[in-house]
Amino acid sequence: MSNYTVKIKVNGKVIDKEIESRWLLSDFLRDKLGLTGTHVGCEHGVCGACTVLLNGEPVRSCLMLAVQADGLEVETVESLAEEDGTFHPIQQAFANNHALQCGFCTPGFLMSMKNFIETHPVLPTDEEIREAISGNLCRCTGYSNIIKAVKEAYALKC
Amino acid sequence: MKQFVGQNVKRKEDYRLLTGSGRFVADIRIENMVEAAILRSPYAHARIKNIDLSEAKHYKGVLDVIVAADLKGNVKPFTEFVEFTFPPQLEADIKPTIKKNPEPMLAEDKVTFVGQAVAIVLAEDRYVAEDALALIKVDYEPLPVVTDPYETIKEDALVIHPELGNNIQSHFEVKVGDIDHAFRQANHILKTRIKTPRVSGNPLETRGVIAEYQERNQQLEVWSSTQVPFMVRSYLSKLVGLVEGNIRVVAPDVGGGFGPKCAVYPEEIIIPYLAMKYKRPVKWIEDRLEHMQSTRHSRDQVHDVEVAFRNDGTIIGLKDQFLLDNGAHNSFALCCAYNSAAHLRGMYHIPNYEITGRIVLTNKTPNVPYRGAGRPEAVYVMDRIIYMVADKLNLDPVEVSMRNFVRPEQMPYETGIFYRDGANMVLENGDYVKSLQQAMKIAGYEEFRQHQEEARKNNKYIGIGFSSYIEGTGIGPFEGAAVKVDTTGHILVGVGSSPHGQSHETTLSQICADVFGVNPEQVSVRAGDTSLLPYGVGTFASRGAVTAGSAVHGASKQLKEKFLLIAGQMLGVSINDLEMYGGKVSLKNSPSKFVTLQEIAQAAKPGPRCKVPIGIEPGASATYYFVPPTVTFSSGFHVAVVEVDKETGFVGILRYIVVHDCGRVINPKIVDGQIQGGVAQGIGGALYEEIIYDKNGQLVTGTYMDYLIPTAMEVPEVEMGHQEYLSPHNPMGIKGVGEGGAISPPAAIANAVCDAMRPLKIEINSLPISPNKLRSLIEEAESAESVLN
Amino acid sequence: MKPPKFSYLRPNSLLEALNMLAEYGDDAKIMSGGQSLIPLLNMRLSTPGYIIDIGRVEELKGIREKEDAIVIGGMTRHVDVEKSALVQEKCPLLTEGIRWVGHNQIRSRGTIGGSIAHADPSAELPCMLTALRGEIVIVSSEEEMTLSPEEFFLSYLLTSLEPNQLIKEIRFPKIKKGSGYAFEEVARRHGDFALVEVAAVLELDYDGTIADAKIALGGANSVPFIPEATEEFLIGKLPDDSIIKEAATLQLDELDPEGDIHGSKEYRRYLSGVLLERALYKAVERAREGVIA
Repeated sequence: MSNYTVKIKVNGKVIDKEIESRWLLSDFLRDKLGLTGTHVGCEHGVCGACTVLLNGEPVRSCLMLAVQADGLEVETVESLAEEDGTFHPIQQAFANNHALQCGFCTPGFLMSMKNFIETHPVLPTDEEIREAISGNLCRCTGYSNIIKAVKEAYALKC
Repeated sequence: MKQFVGQNVKRKEDYRLLTGSGRFVADIRIENMVEAAILRSPYAHARIKNIDLSEAKHYKGVLDVIVAADLKGNVKPFTEFVEFTFPPQLEADIKPTIKKNPEPMLAEDKVTFVGQAVAIVLAEDRYVAEDALALIKVDYEPLPVVTDPYETIKEDALVIHPELGNNIQSHFEVKVGDIDHAFRQANHILKTRIKTPRVSGNPLETRGVIAEYQERNQQLEVWSSTQVPFMVRSYLSKLVGLVEGNIRVVAPDVGGGFGPKCAVYPEEIIIPYLAMKYKRPVKWIEDRLEHMQSTRHSRDQVHDVEVAFRNDGTIIGLKDQFLLDNGAHNSFALCCAYNSAAHLRGMYHIPNYEITGRIVLTNKTPNVPYRGAGRPEAVYVMDRIIYMVADKLNLDPVEVSMRNFVRPEQMPYETGIFYRDGANMVLENGDYVKSLQQAMKIAGYEEFRQHQEEARKNNKYIGIGFSSYIEGTGIGPFEGAAVKVDTTGHILVGVGSSPHGQSHETTLSQICADVFGVNPEQVSVRAGDTSLLPYGVGTFASRGAVTAGSAVHGASKQLKEKFLLIAGQMLGVSINDLEMYGGKVSLKNSPSKFVTLQEIAQAAKPGPRCKVPIGIEPGASATYYFVPPTVTFSSGFHVAVVEVDKETGFVGILRYIVVHDCGRVINPKIVDGQIQGGVAQGIGGALYEEIIYDKNGQLVTGTYMDYLIPTAMEVPEVEMGHQEYLSPHNPMGIKGVGEGGAISPPAAIANAVCDAMRPLKIEINSLPISPNKLRSLIEEAESAESVLN
Repeated sequence: MKPPKFSYLRPNSLLEALNMLAEYGDDAKIMSGGQSLIPLLNMRLSTPGYIIDIGRVEELKGIREKEDAIVIGGMTRHVDVEKSALVQEKCPLLTEGIRWVGHNQIRSRGTIGGSIAHADPSAELPCMLTALRGEIVIVSSEEEMTLSPEEFFLSYLLTSLEPNQLIKEIRFPKIKKGSGYAFEEVARRHGDFALVEVAAVLELDYDGTIADAKIALGGANSVPFIPEATEEFLIGKLPDDSIIKEAATLQLDELDPEGDIHGSKEYRRYLSGVLLERALYKAVERAREGVIA
């Protein structure tokens, strides 16, 4: 079948849509749902800009077909802030620490870190944070402010 | 009164970028839009004998397929980028030969590098467009290929563009003092070859263009991921033959630039043309494979350098002949090559200097200025030389460096040559001795040396290395700003520069806010849009803060003066009795009497209620173009502390220190961010990144699996020290900071690695320092030593 | 970089998957996590007519203990192995080595069967499986069989898997009490494919001599390499400096790594010796510490 009807819960809302089975999840989110906060940087699974959460876990949406997400739950950067616009602690920490410059890679970092912080409740070492973000490339910041932001997010969370 | 310049004001850009509501080119969707995909040459050099489009054109969902012939008569070919040509006095001084060879829009009868655009498919979406690419049949006749800069200058080398006669596209010489005399006077002469490889700036957002043409008003709207929207507009107008005023080019949120998005690409001309031709919006988003092949590369210089010096380490003469391997086309005149020549002596007083630069052509992707633009290459040469001289004389490199610095008492220091902008190149201020001392103090140099000895005894190889740079920043010709206060009292600033991560909205609002005495929240800055101002230049060459900052400062001051005049009229007093702060103009001696910016703005409106003094145009706006007299010289020192795993050849960076002078700091956090990010790219160039072609001109590093961009595991936190010598060349004393971080890491790290391996003598004169390369150097040095013993 | 057209099939059971394979095998590609396949599709280097997504085949998922082995279903993800307490306890080599596989976003989709079937000689799982002398269970609609790594890995990206077969499960032998293990790897950047890697398990006797040695080198040949002569050399010896150093370079001449821009053939061969030495030291140290209870 080259077309497929999928039912995906995206940012809490169930989406029912017919889609060509070759469409990447990244393109589906961006082009079919208008969720352009998920960025596409390399389309071969290295840069991490397209990272979204699939059933709560970070995945590269350029390395997934949209049909593979059928029946599952996807979270994108658009879901982070509260409805009134209040930042999620990780967003707040990024803003406080100048952890972004051009901002293109940022959504990928935020989604990776959301999962990391949730699954690592105890404040990690710098080295552990570095490893946790090593699957996300940033060409602007040189990472050190991102590491500071992750640490601050732990403080803000409490 | 609270000043915002100098404060860590939080970024205005962040909210949208953190919530996914930013708008990058690829995020834009327009009704009825088609998507383009580009067929690119798989050959480095080949004749195109035939292109069969029949199958591709008939593929379901395809609108059309375009080749070079379709552009004939409609789109003119590129000319040289006049923005990069030199002023006459400089041309007269260095007497360059420059042959014109701009890139073709689409390859016509032959291709000269892998990745060159050959055909464009327009289709209902990118998936379908890529399907159709596979159906285009191009009959290529492969031609011999030249990829080596030394091969390409040989008499019998194949000539890539026969009309140029040979593959030497440009040539120039710079001479200061009496080089022969210096070499006769020297106690020592050292000669070496130092190479900086080809790299790619690789912003995380690739290039992309969307264009929409509206017939009802002949308006062409173009969104491009560019650093220079005004330049794109200018070439679109010239090459497609359009009224410039009917074109609006917008650089929306741009995901990094670093140089490769500076200047115009064929796609930025063709895509808008196709939107006009087919009367449908057209979108082209470059993918990463295309980006690696066809977004211009950079660096790629080889220097054959000779240095004459005295027993005490004083360098008295420097001779250099270098090649810049430009790839197949050069539209940038002498830009990077001349930057290298002008900056090579850096902060050293070397009275006798002779350098010859040649830009040569090979079957590779064309070259572009990338963060540092010729300076990292020059600094790598100079600071390797400092270390080699020190080695030769058994002196501490710090001592050799100190001995050769331009001293504060020599400032302003005439370098004896012209800068790229045609002005005399003068280092205006700074104290290099103090700056290096500060860097070494942070590094704990003395203690490190003791620690290093101890570590060596335990077979632990740690080393320290430094590098210095000066950089002409804030180049002209100008930058513009328009400031206006709307009838709600809100200040709007439009600038001609075009940010892509530099935080213009924040820093420029700080400058404007200080002039008006308001909070930056009351100021909105817009950039990256040709509809904001009649003229603009763009963001590159560490020029944003210097030129756009000065323009905003100038425009704000003009408007403030006008507002004081209007307020005087409103309050019936002389402007000398007034002061402006807190969004109000009040009487100095009676602050309760005031008018607000909003009231003044309303009083500036033309009409019967207008309070603008007679003889002055009504309106609450001012436009100012800042024309810098010349560049301003930032400077700095980088110190790297590394550990070498001698067995594997892997290098780890233990500490990295930067002490720098960028004049007046507008926002410390943002300045530090620029340095940290620049260093990360410099570390990439030092240890990981290299664009490699095989002998057939095939790109070997065409993906992110092969082209290694540093991750968080490879980049340490930079420890910083600041010096603040205000520039005399602009009203706020700003010097540029964007590139500095990227200039010195290769030299500092290479020097540190050499230092770590001592007493083993290795010379790292090419990059990146891959573990394989370092192991080979160690093995060579060890076997040379065992021969000696 | 968009995938070409294909038909997408998503079986819900192993039987259904095998039937689809039997029908479309020659023109079909199995997709488990897709972390190697989708880049190939995006670059259009692979253009299968059918993609059989086994992501919903629950029988192929899970980690269990069976006799002397940890049995891992082909469709089990890296992250599940990484976090498994059972694996950590019984086969900690796997826990250590699996962290070298890509980055966490890859490990949350990539599968054990996928890694094994992809057969990249510098990938971590084939190397560890070979060192442990594990087994690969493959099935088709007709038969099920168990292969050793040597039977399964044929060459660079080439396995003995037939178009109608898929990997059902992989058996990783438990590490015996009194043993030490080590996984050593170097890559240009963290998360990159290894330049070279070594997986080693050493069992020490009560007298401190080596009772058993199981070693594999990855990235050093077109398939994971077992240095048999080195293993034999080590058995019965007291692993002191001179023995370890000698063992580490004993078979370097037999290695035939592919050279590329990240490391020449010679460098990789040399590096194999360095890493083997480090792995042996670490394994011995751990054995002496009694890390496996």
